[in-house]
Amino acid sequence: MSWSGGPHGAPEPGAVGLAARVRAGEVRAADVAEETLERVGRRDGELHCFNVVTADAMRSAAAAVDRLVASGADPGPLAGVPVAVKDNLCTRGVPTTCSSKMLEHWVPPYDATVVTRLVAAGALVVGKTNLDEFAMGSSTENSAFGPTRNPWDTSRVPGGSSGGSAAAVAADLAPLALGSDTGGSIRQPAALCGVVGIKPTYGLVSRYGLVAFASSLDQVGPFAATVADAALVLEVIAGHDEMDSTSLDRPVEGLLDATGSGAGGLRVGVVADFLADASADCASAVRAAAEVLAGAGAAVEEVALPELLHGLSAYYLIAPAEASSNLARYDGVRYGLRVDGDDVEQMNARTRAAGFGPEVRRRIMLGTYVLSAGYYDAYYAQAQRVRTLVARTFARAYERFDVLLAPTTPSVAFPLGAKTADPLEMYLADLFTIPSNLAGHPAMSVPFALDPQGLPVGVQVLAPALGEVAMLRAAGVLEAGAAPGARGPVASRSEAGR
Amino acid sequence: MAVELSSEEVLHVARLARLELGAEESTSAARQLSAILEHVDAVRALDLGGIPPTSHPLELVNVLRDDVERPCLDRADVLAGAPAVEDGRFAVPRILGEAP
Amino acid sequence: MSTGPAPAGAGRASADFEVVVGLEVHCELSTATKLFCGCPNRFGSEPNTQVCPVCLGLPGALPVLNRRAVELAVRVGRALHCEIRPSTFHRKNYFYPDMPKDFQISQYDEPIDVDGYLELPSGRRIGIERAHIEEDTGKTTHLGGGGRIHGADRSLVDYNRAGVPLVEIVSRPDMRSADEARAYVAELRAILVASGASDGRMEEGSLRVDANVSVRRTGSDAFGTRCEVKNLNSLRSLGRAIEHEQARQVALLEAGERVVQETRHWNEDEGRTSSMRSKEEANDYRYFPEPDLVPLAPDGAFVAAATAGLGLMPAERRARLATTVHGPDAAVAASTLDQITTVVDLGLDDLVVEVVERGADARLALARAANEAAQSPEDARRLDPGAFCRLLELEAGGSLSSTQAKSVLAEMLAAGGEPDAIARRLGYEALGSEALESAIDAVVAAHPDAWARYAAGEDKVAQLLTGQVMKATKGRANGKAVAAALAARRG
Repeated sequence: MSWSGGPHGAPEPGAVGLAARVRAGEVRAADVAEETLERVGRRDGELHCFNVVTADAMRSAAAAVDRLVASGADPGPLAGVPVAVKDNLCTRGVPTTCSSKMLEHWVPPYDATVVTRLVAAGALVVGKTNLDEFAMGSSTENSAFGPTRNPWDTSRVPGGSSGGSAAAVAADLAPLALGSDTGGSIRQPAALCGVVGIKPTYGLVSRYGLVAFASSLDQVGPFAATVADAALVLEVIAGHDEMDSTSLDRPVEGLLDATGSGAGGLRVGVVADFLADASADCASAVRAAAEVLAGAGAAVEEVALPELLHGLSAYYLIAPAEASSNLARYDGVRYGLRVDGDDVEQMNARTRAAGFGPEVRRRIMLGTYVLSAGYYDAYYAQAQRVRTLVARTFARAYERFDVLLAPTTPSVAFPLGAKTADPLEMYLADLFTIPSNLAGHPAMSVPFALDPQGLPVGVQVLAPALGEVAMLRAAGVLEAGAAPGARGPVASRSEAGR
Repeated sequence: MAVELSSEEVLHVARLARLELGAEESTSAARQLSAILEHVDAVRALDLGGIPPTSHPLELVNVLRDDVERPCLDRADVLAGAPAVEDGRFAVPRILGEAP
Repeated sequence: MSTGPAPAGAGRASADFEVVVGLEVHCELSTATKLFCGCPNRFGSEPNTQVCPVCLGLPGALPVLNRRAVELAVRVGRALHCEIRPSTFHRKNYFYPDMPKDFQISQYDEPIDVDGYLELPSGRRIGIERAHIEEDTGKTTHLGGGGRIHGADRSLVDYNRAGVPLVEIVSRPDMRSADEARAYVAELRAILVASGASDGRMEEGSLRVDANVSVRRTGSDAFGTRCEVKNLNSLRSLGRAIEHEQARQVALLEAGERVVQETRHWNEDEGRTSSMRSKEEANDYRYFPEPDLVPLAPDGAFVAAATAGLGLMPAERRARLATTVHGPDAAVAASTLDQITTVVDLGLDDLVVEVVERGADARLALARAANEAAQSPEDARRLDPGAFCRLLELEAGGSLSSTQAKSVLAEMLAAGGEPDAIARRLGYEALGSEALESAIDAVVAAHPDAWARYAAGEDKVAQLLTGQVMKATKGRANGKAVAAALAARRG
């Protein structure tokens, strides 16, 4: 049995289909759980998608779903569907480490709202997925517990920071996963792993229980093998949460339907400036995608939005600033690691030096510096103005277009270690994804092509705030027009000896 | 306008951020931070005089909750992750100064 | 000016220097729950039993602002004549173990209440720069150093108080003496209680005061270098600390030294302030807008709803009482001012105003309230206005002597009841004119010389004769009636 087919040539029921079959009693959730655990056991030693696999909890959740089905009760729209959860989302009773030594043994006493919603919808949590420590990174190499490997080529990175979630879906270890996206941490690994990844409108999905990196930029979103599956997860996790002051109080409807409703009449702008900064393969994928949309009845033209490229610099001021404050609480007093010291200051400083990895320490220092006396106006306030500039640039574009089309990443998956020596090189991986975070807009990556080495290339669809329906319409069309084999899972291929 | 952080400045920032930092580390950290700042320095050069800062993507105001009690955590859960506990409280080494 | 021996420094201070005081008062708001979560805002529970992921600062938890706290802050602002402004929350970043997130959520450059004032009983107005909302910290207990932070070998932290809502009220540097600073805090406390914002308990830490103290040569317009004095847990410590700081700073200046701007800690036992260890980076709070909260913009409807039912503040009540007693625009004697202040402080002004409206003598009503009723304010606030009014009538009309009236009032306060009935029970029925005349006969017969002098026009002897009549009637006679009868008899 497979829920997502792909290169096997099996039927493609996807998560939507799997849930339907579980709800109908055709498939037992318990069997889904066992098969998933078997597959994870077989593959994850090599890939390291998971920091922890919650086999017992998964089995009891599956049993509960089967009981509901047997009793005729509604087990929920994701009944019996396995989902992998990024390890920066709190799970009651299950370690939530953020792939940091700081929180290696921390067990939250509460569930993130998105986890509560997934479980209430009948989903089966497989475990917690690896990430760049505290979501800071673009390759998952910043994990304190070792990198995740890209299932398409295990010598390459899966992207990051949600690399474990992206790789888990790409390797068929779960049809669905949750990630978080602060500057591209869902879309970039989705592109590098050949899966679908959505960063929703800021405020659409609750952040309660998401361990904060940069609060004004962070959003939780789904990974899936198909656009429809991702849309279904988004429908389940979106919606107002009274525990999050920045949660929007709006109905979320029609996302799943949008994925199949075509692109007729859609106005699409292709971000010309991004094409120039992308590799030839990534740029040509976008051009091909534009043709697919035009062929489906969309009005497509190029648009110059050079101001968006200032987003990267603004991001690397704003995100570290917020992070420096968000990560202050890891001080060895209440939870997590403590390294002893003669006095509380020394204990704090030793704990933080030992508990955080180099990239996290670097960003904390950077953020502390740009907020400190004398530098706030030159750096932080100025970056906030660039944020306004980016939002205005988008607003101007969205007067003429319903969605924008762009590369997700400047290049395909790079080899492990290729960029670890130079932080700046790594930061560039987020060049095309960051502007949407600064503006709070939705954007998603859709697997669309393969490069000459057979590595997946994603294209990015961007939309204005709450423009998810238009975004998913375009994404559905792109998925249908994608190159054969452009998306995961790639289990058979990887198992065949790569 | 190249930015060059001295290792003294870096040590000052490390103290503010409560990160223990040795002398050699401070030199390499100064180099790395300077490189990053130099890269983002384009931002400082932009003429954005007429543009107001945006601190948040949302334009919401007045998000308030009613003054109604919710359940607290069990104390066992509160203290479960604590590195050191004494008498139902979180124990810390001696504190050298009063709160600012 | 006093010529007695002055305490060292203090005498010179008052002659050549004046002290300038501004106060920062932290007030815990009387909400049911904390500022950003649903944990109870309650004093005295077992440690760490009133915490949740939010106020414990657990990873992933987010703040949601308590509506009631905002309403109370709006009430405080209105009561202090402030402008109610759109405001934002910032993070104040510093490490301290009593702060679960190692930053405090506070309003920084855009506070909710700005630019108001508070009027002291003396009539002096003290400017209010701002009042803003912020969260409280946890509580630290120091072990192994006699309970003090210095010398302790470890500390224990209880986060029950972490996240309790506070308003910090910042005055302008408008006070010029320790007495004035005490009066300010007393007045502010009364306002906070009257507006329903606080229970006003200083001893439980509901109100905490920091004082900014500087001195300058009398007549100078420029401010001196100030010190911030912390750990002022009572009005008494506040007054003592200011006087000490004043003397210390004057002594420095007179010795040709400088006052160093710093934070100083008041030691109540030693009666002195000492410098608190501070590092230069401790003051770099790296404020930035709190991204987990959205701005506050209370509109007219919100403010109107929040301030509904906000009664008169003490200054307004004092003004109303003064008008009731003296009519508008009359100058009020200092002794009367004290009586008015006492009556308002004790919440007896409604009673006085009501009985005056019913026709009671205003000065008499004020005096009985400020002196006798004030002895047991709890009982006095329960006094039936009709009964109190009747008592004042009996006294003013001469049916009861003032001594008798006070006894009846004491009885009314202790057990309630109607003054006529109490007076009867106590045997205070006014003396009939026959009984009075025969008492006067007896006194005249017993003191012929005195009577002769009085009859000859020596008016001051009336007092002696009246006293004798009072004595003979065991106080049942009314003084005014006796005087009238004596005058009539003299012809």
